Amino acid sequence: MRLSGLEPLVIRPETNFVNIGERTNVTGSKKFARLIRDNRYEEALSVARQQVESGAQVLDVNMDDALLDGEKAMQTFLNLLQAEPDIAKIPIMIDSSKFSIIESGLKCVQGKCIVNSISMKEGVEKFVEQAIICKSYGAAVIVMAFDERGQADTLDKRVSICSTAYQILTDEVGFDPQDIIFDPNIFAIATGIEEHNNYAVDFIEAARIIKQKMPLVKISGGVSNISFSFRGNEAVREAMHSVFLFYAIRAGMDMGIVNAGQLVVYDEIEPELRSLCEDVILNRRTDATDRLLAFAETVKAKDKTAARDEAWRNAPVEERLKHALVNGITEYIDDDTEEARLKYPKPLDVIEGPLMAGMNVVGDLFGSGKMFLPQVVKSARVMKKSVAILTPYIEEEKKNNPKSSPGGAARILMATVKGDVHDIGKNIVGVVLGCNGYDIIDLGVMVPADKILETARRENVDIIGLSGLITPSLDEMVHVAREMKRQKFEVPLLIGGATTSRMHTAVRISPEYDHGVVHVLDASRSVTVAGSLLNREQRPGFLHAISDEYAKLKADFSNKKSTKQYLSLANAQRNKAPVAWEKFEPVQPKFTGNKSFNDYPLSEIAAYIDWQPFFIAWEMHGKFPQILQDQKIGVEAKKLYGDAQVLLKQIISERWLTANGVIGFWGAASDGKDTVILKSGSHECRLEFLRQQVKKAANQPNMSLADFIRPELTGQPPAKPDHIGAFAVTMQGIESHIERFQRNHDDYNKIILQALADRLAEAFAELLHERVRKEFWGYAKDEQLSNEELIREAYSGIRPAPGYPACPDHTEKRKLFKLLDAEKNTGIVLTESLAMYPASSVCGWYFANPESKYFGVGKIEKDQVEDYSRRKNMPVEEIERWLRPILEYDA
Amino acid sequence: MKSIEACLQERILIIDGAMGTMIQQYKLGESEYRGERFRDWPCDLKGNNDLLSITKPSVIREIHMQYLEAGADIIETNTFNAQRVSLADYRMQELAYELNVTAATCAREAVGTFTTSHPGGSPKFVAGAIGPMNKTLSLSPDVNNPGFRSVSFDEVADAYYEQVRGLVDGGVDLLLIETIFDTLNAKAAIYAIKKFFRDTSTKPLPVMISGTITDASGRTLSGQTLEAFYTSVMHARPLSIGLNCALGAEQMRPHIEELSHLAGCYVSAYPNAGLPNAMGDYDEKPEQTAHFLEDWAKAGFVNIVGGCCGTTPEHIRHIAEHVKDIVPRALPVEETELA
Repeated sequence: MRLSGLEPLVIRPETNFVNIGERTNVTGSKKFARLIRDNRYEEALSVARQQVESGAQVLDVNMDDALLDGEKAMQTFLNLLQAEPDIAKIPIMIDSSKFSIIESGLKCVQGKCIVNSISMKEGVEKFVEQAIICKSYGAAVIVMAFDERGQADTLDKRVSICSTAYQILTDEVGFDPQDIIFDPNIFAIATGIEEHNNYAVDFIEAARIIKQKMPLVKISGGVSNISFSFRGNEAVREAMHSVFLFYAIRAGMDMGIVNAGQLVVYDEIEPELRSLCEDVILNRRTDATDRLLAFAETVKAKDKTAARDEAWRNAPVEERLKHALVNGITEYIDDDTEEARLKYPKPLDVIEGPLMAGMNVVGDLFGSGKMFLPQVVKSARVMKKSVAILTPYIEEEKKNNPKSSPGGAARILMATVKGDVHDIGKNIVGVVLGCNGYDIIDLGVMVPADKILETARRENVDIIGLSGLITPSLDEMVHVAREMKRQKFEVPLLIGGATTSRMHTAVRISPEYDHGVVHVLDASRSVTVAGSLLNREQRPGFLHAISDEYAKLKADFSNKKSTKQYLSLANAQRNKAPVAWEKFEPVQPKFTGNKSFNDYPLSEIAAYIDWQPFFIAWEMHGKFPQILQDQKIGVEAKKLYGDAQVLLKQIISERWLTANGVIGFWGAASDGKDTVILKSGSHECRLEFLRQQVKKAANQPNMSLADFIRPELTGQPPAKPDHIGAFAVTMQGIESHIERFQRNHDDYNKIILQALADRLAEAFAELLHERVRKEFWGYAKDEQLSNEELIREAYSGIRPAPGYPACPDHTEKRKLFKLLDAEKNTGIVLTESLAMYPASSVCGWYFANPESKYFGVGKIEKDQVEDYSRRKNMPVEEIERWLRPILEYDA
Repeated sequence: MKSIEACLQERILIIDGAMGTMIQQYKLGESEYRGERFRDWPCDLKGNNDLLSITKPSVIREIHMQYLEAGADIIETNTFNAQRVSLADYRMQELAYELNVTAATCAREAVGTFTTSHPGGSPKFVAGAIGPMNKTLSLSPDVNNPGFRSVSFDEVADAYYEQVRGLVDGGVDLLLIETIFDTLNAKAAIYAIKKFFRDTSTKPLPVMISGTITDASGRTLSGQTLEAFYTSVMHARPLSIGLNCALGAEQMRPHIEELSHLAGCYVSAYPNAGLPNAMGDYDEKPEQTAHFLEDWAKAGFVNIVGGCCGTTPEHIRHIAEHVKDIVPRALPVEETELA
């Protein structure tokens, strides 16, 4: 279904539930009704604006009031609304029980509207006449399940009235089925009248059957009707709405008139209430209504007891600070800090006394696995806010009494190395170490070695920590280690980040520096490592143990090498991946060259998010969504998920990020070996790929991505060329929001934001890849996959990224960027290490061949490096530098 | 005669170029505009180009002939402003129907003359031009009163209805709603067309729709994005959707590219001859315009091309020459969920 305001709204099968804003309705909102009656249209517009801002994707406008000239009110309001681009951008739903009001509204709106509603209530003839008029204005229609005998209140009547209406609309009126929305009537349940008990079940079943019989139509409904008998008890009503929608959406409900801001997350409903609501909605037991009513009474009572949770406020200030730190509560921290400051002789004593005591509890709980990373980061937020209040007083005191030196906290310098832009992990480690009493100096991203070492010397730091995500950063870390040795440093060096490993640290970095190099797997380990390194007594033993361990790893590494056998490049090429080219019919993309997407709607992208890596970023390992139910971390995972959802909504509605992307397709042929020659306009571009060289078991090919592009046939060129594609996507605009969170000492939301931006970039890549498969390249037009299946990559074709296992050479990214004109089209910049800035960016090649698959090139031999150097016209040494992690030999 | 749908499957069709700038070259004076019939008309008539179909039909036919000779497959009637709302500027509301019939007849005659002298040639089509009107439904002319409208939907729809009746009675083959800068005016035209064919119970003529993107932001004057515009007019089930006017080919390219990816029907494009220079004249050379359009054709963006303001028969000749052997854009298979 396509709708439009000033901007389009495309509703696809995979689109999430569409929220229709309900407050611009004189029958539903007393405030709005009063404003319209008083002719205060300016203020009435602000109600509309608030709906858009809180995430309404369609705006329902209703002027059915006996005291109003409905036609005139509708026209006046809609005409004024057209002059407000921030409201008029979304489609309008013209809502009235009087058709003359609907038509007067249709005459004011240039976009494609929804009419709410028409029905056969006054007979088929009238229905046809109204449908023809709606069609003449190009509007979609909501059809109520209503005929001359009344409103459909059983499953059979719902389905049969909708089927009849469908037939009339499509056969007689010539309506597009995509423009039909059925409302199969949501009625109140749990009214005490037995006949009403099955209303929700009937609606849900009707939705399912209608969708099966008429797959192109949409289903809508007024959700709040369902809970009408619980008026005044919002907690129960919201829970009922959310449970109802949970089942109705699964059955096929696409949109509904709801107050989106007031919907609770299904998983967040108290289990007892949820189960009671399910009993009522699904009509699972005869006493369901009574039980829910009984529970509703206790909910009302509970509202009063909520105050008891505040009992901790009566404890002494030290206890309050501890409670706030452990529970991550910032609400009272300003007052409590001030109270403590006045109580203690010096402001520094507050930090070293009650605040550190609180953070020690946090550290212990975290260390023993009773607190999880998101909670720790929230604690840190409280700590930072408190310290920020005290800092001016500490500075002031220093001025008056210069001798009192700052406390003896150990200092740790942290930086993401030159050429790399990723810092979520580093930020988390910084927060965790900060919570454990260390003084953190964070130099940020893309920090050159001389700046790291110069700062370390000036600030007299006790530990240097380096972070990096992409493989070229490994070399940069080796470089920093060498420089530390040359400049005669003696402080230990910590190594962390996604691309680093204990093995690489042992084999490559550790030998370059003599005063301790330690690989740190994650934030939770960083505390014990830093503790051991900074304790005079433990340090020698700890470092000794590490260096023994690394020496053994290094020896293993050298021994292991000889066990694998490698083929010569020529032999590996002969054992390429078999593809039956003679039977191959290449699908032609819809265009060649580039297509860019600027400011792609984030709400569409968000539906494609893979949440599992989000939790991994927070060191919460487990499958999503099962992780939310996990016995140990489920509760905290849910909180984190809830907080992330809130921020995600804000990111989308306030457009914090701008999603830019570009895709391109070009005719291409392989040279039968490892080169793909593609044609872009008049000139040729040669893409160079690498091939697996390790000796495989019988019938296992030595793969190269070039195997998945059809070789150039000698003699006559084939009529239809094969193609290769590429993409680059990014999330722009994160910086100002990061800064704001930083200013507010809010690492928690800062890290959520960074992790979400990464997820959105990946989701955007997923979304575009799907559109490429179904639409732009169109080789899998009929693909129907759920988000889970997308995440499992259950589709045909791949999108490998330069620098990752199937094509590990980062320097090919330059060609990709040039072909896509990616810098201009997306705003992504490549660093000298070929990392992409903004960090939340993804790029890669598209291969469409059904045989194409992901693989790792693995280690390669010198003969391939030499061949590759000739092909790329780059010196062997430079190739070796870029490919060092995958060289089979020592270079 | 072969239908236009059949022709569109085979090749890229050529629509003619500017009418207004061609008329200017004849340097007609007030008396020529008036002719005998309107000698005593109470207001000035110079500049009322649509009136020339009655007072100087030879000029209009000659321009049509030049475009046909240059290779145009579709010529537009001289009716850009010929509905009663715009004609009120010249107090000629009551002539609206007659002007449309006469203009359509002029074009038909030109096609007749041409096909007689070129027997066995490809079919030529007359498109009834329906312009945007001088009043707009989505915008207020009064900045202090954004809710005000100088015309109502019903007035606009009635005016278009009368124009459509005239064009159909005069014998056009197609209807072309063009230079759309306010989608609601276009929706009123679509409403009128649907109503006309419903009322007369005749087979609806194919409808071409051509919007106008006014600036680099890619929106119409009334604020819609290209995709929103497309979505808002598709209920016309048009033969083609496209863009014309306001931009030269160079500036129009990204928008045509986007539209060609969106559109489930054929795509048309007739840009201006570049952007106007300081004097308001267009000086893009015929071969330059043709070069741009050839590029679009090769990229598979278009099915119908031609020119708007500032283009001449020479432009059309070059365009026709450059695209004649290029495979037209294939109709995409649309996702059924969206169609």
